[in-house]
Amino acid sequence: MKQWNWRLISTHAILIVGVCFMSLPVWVAFATSTHSAEHILRNGLQFWPGSDFVETYRQVLFVDGGVMKSVLGTTMLKNSLILGIGFAVGKVIISMLAAYAIVYFRFKLAVPLFWVIFMTLLLPLEVRIIPSYEVVAGLGLLDTHVGLIVPLIASATGTFFFRQFFRSVPDELLEAARLDGATAWGFFKDILVPLSKTMIAAILIIMFVVGWNQYLWPLIMTTKEENYTLVIGIKQIYQILAEGGELPQYQKAFALTILATLPPVLVVLVFQNWFVKGLVESEK
Amino acid sequence: MSKVQLSNVIKTYPNGAEAVRGVDMEIQSGEFIVFVGPSGCGKSTLLRMIAGLEKITDGQIHIDDGLINDVSPADRDVAMVFQNYALYPHMTVRGNMSYGLKNRGMPKSEIDKKVTDAAEMLRIGDFLDRQPNQLSGGQRQRVAMGRAIVREPKVFLFDEPLSNLDAKLRVQMRIEIKRLQRRMNVTSIYVTHDQTEAMTLADRLAVINDGKIEQMGAPIDLYNNPETLFVASFIGSPQVNLLPVTFDGQHLVNGNLKLAGFSDLPNSKELVLGIRPDELSLDDNGQFPLRVDIVEQHGSDNLIYGGILGATDDGVEEMEFCFKTSQDMLPDLDSTLTLGFNAERAMVFDKTTGDRLR
Repeated sequence: MKQWNWRLISTHAILIVGVCFMSLPVWVAFATSTHSAEHILRNGLQFWPGSDFVETYRQVLFVDGGVMKSVLGTTMLKNSLILGIGFAVGKVIISMLAAYAIVYFRFKLAVPLFWVIFMTLLLPLEVRIIPSYEVVAGLGLLDTHVGLIVPLIASATGTFFFRQFFRSVPDELLEAARLDGATAWGFFKDILVPLSKTMIAAILIIMFVVGWNQYLWPLIMTTKEENYTLVIGIKQIYQILAEGGELPQYQKAFALTILATLPPVLVVLVFQNWFVKGLVESEK
Repeated sequence: MSKVQLSNVIKTYPNGAEAVRGVDMEIQSGEFIVFVGPSGCGKSTLLRMIAGLEKITDGQIHIDDGLINDVSPADRDVAMVFQNYALYPHMTVRGNMSYGLKNRGMPKSEIDKKVTDAAEMLRIGDFLDRQPNQLSGGQRQRVAMGRAIVREPKVFLFDEPLSNLDAKLRVQMRIEIKRLQRRMNVTSIYVTHDQTEAMTLADRLAVINDGKIEQMGAPIDLYNNPETLFVASFIGSPQVNLLPVTFDGQHLVNGNLKLAGFSDLPNSKELVLGIRPDELSLDDNGQFPLRVDIVEQHGSDNLIYGGILGATDDGVEEMEFCFKTSQDMLPDLDSTLTLGFNAERAMVFDKTTGDRLR
């Protein structure tokens, strides 16, 4: 009995330490963001919330010049959402279609093509960033949402996940659908897509978070402030802090950081049931 | 109500494997045909070629007067029931049954009527709004049949539809399929490896072995008059007793056994004598001494398994025989029974070619 209690206590102690370790920085960032700039400059990081919560966040979100030179926090939030959603939806659509072609259409190069797609995992954006930039610039898509999203949506991982899933769908379903007069598009839309529901949800969630956190590409792609995403905004504001000049607006930097972490957290919290289902359950 | 005609149908896979080696067959309108054979004999491939799910390497398949070799599965107007049902898991029973009709652009009111009628006929009317995973195996099987029925196809194709059901349900569904087919009078082709299903369902039975039709005919004809050793051993349960023999001019000989009553057989060849378990009888003047090994009581009759003393085959001392008798016959184990048989009803085959000699 005693031993069992010790075990319980020690595991909980470890878990609690882990939780603190992970969440303390977030808490400190939040607490600090609710103090005034002078207070922070004088007293350093804060562990308890102060009185400037409303003022700081109002400045960041709604006041012209409150956080950056001209762009509002809400605009950056909107840009980030567009990038996150466009990125996730685009990836799902492209990789589903690619996997559909690879699994269900017996063309000669299906297998080599799949491996070519798979090998692009070895060539992440960072490796091909200059040619990508060149292409997007050549198309005149710099500083646009399309130019921001399209170069990112081809996805080897997504294609791989959907390929594995489609291969586990019994062949008889396809055969039954063919006898039922379904066209290639009909089978995809009426049978495969509904069957992949949970899978799609899981990939959407993962990809939304990945897209939201994109840094390098938006950084070199966007030159105008009104196209900044939150992540880029954070980078810019910290740069301003480092360069010095006026009174450093630490509280706004922290507020922006907190704002940037919220949507992915919300998405995961709200959709975690779907997410877990998609990863562990196969509904066949 | 449609005829199906297969002429010299061949299926060769790209790796050179020959699944079907030239099948000719004419199926009359409304007939219930069963393909039976061991696994890997090509019976499913043949069915799938008729369905259009496998390409035909050579030969021709006609439904009524139309050549369908290159017609897409949807346009052949056939419906298929799969072994694992292949129901669309995310659709309701109604959705499953109406999907094919929807794809054919039938108006909704007509679809509803057809689905309701078919569901009524199959007694699944109460489940129309359920999903397949809420149904039992037997109910899923009915839905799969319903999906085929609503289409009112020219030909029904069944690919081992009962193998996933338990024994009791299998017998029920077997009767139901037969009844349904009688009622709808649609030409049907049914693939199975279960010879009881084959015997009971078929108007005509095609025994397929190694990609070819061994024999085709009414089930009882195949049982009584098998043309080859393969058909004799495949049809009939318990299996026919087989004894390797040679002919010495008057007798069939195996070891100490000399069986009289045979004539006009080649005496240089190795032969096989086949006797059905129910053709054996207790007979004090009989020629088979059977040492009793196992007695299986099946209820109305008993199956007695044992070795025939003095009969050998490739070093096996006592050839195993099965003797079918009534329930009150319960010999002691290791006792010896003397069995006789009617030479008129016995079958003799050429061992090498498998052909029936008499």
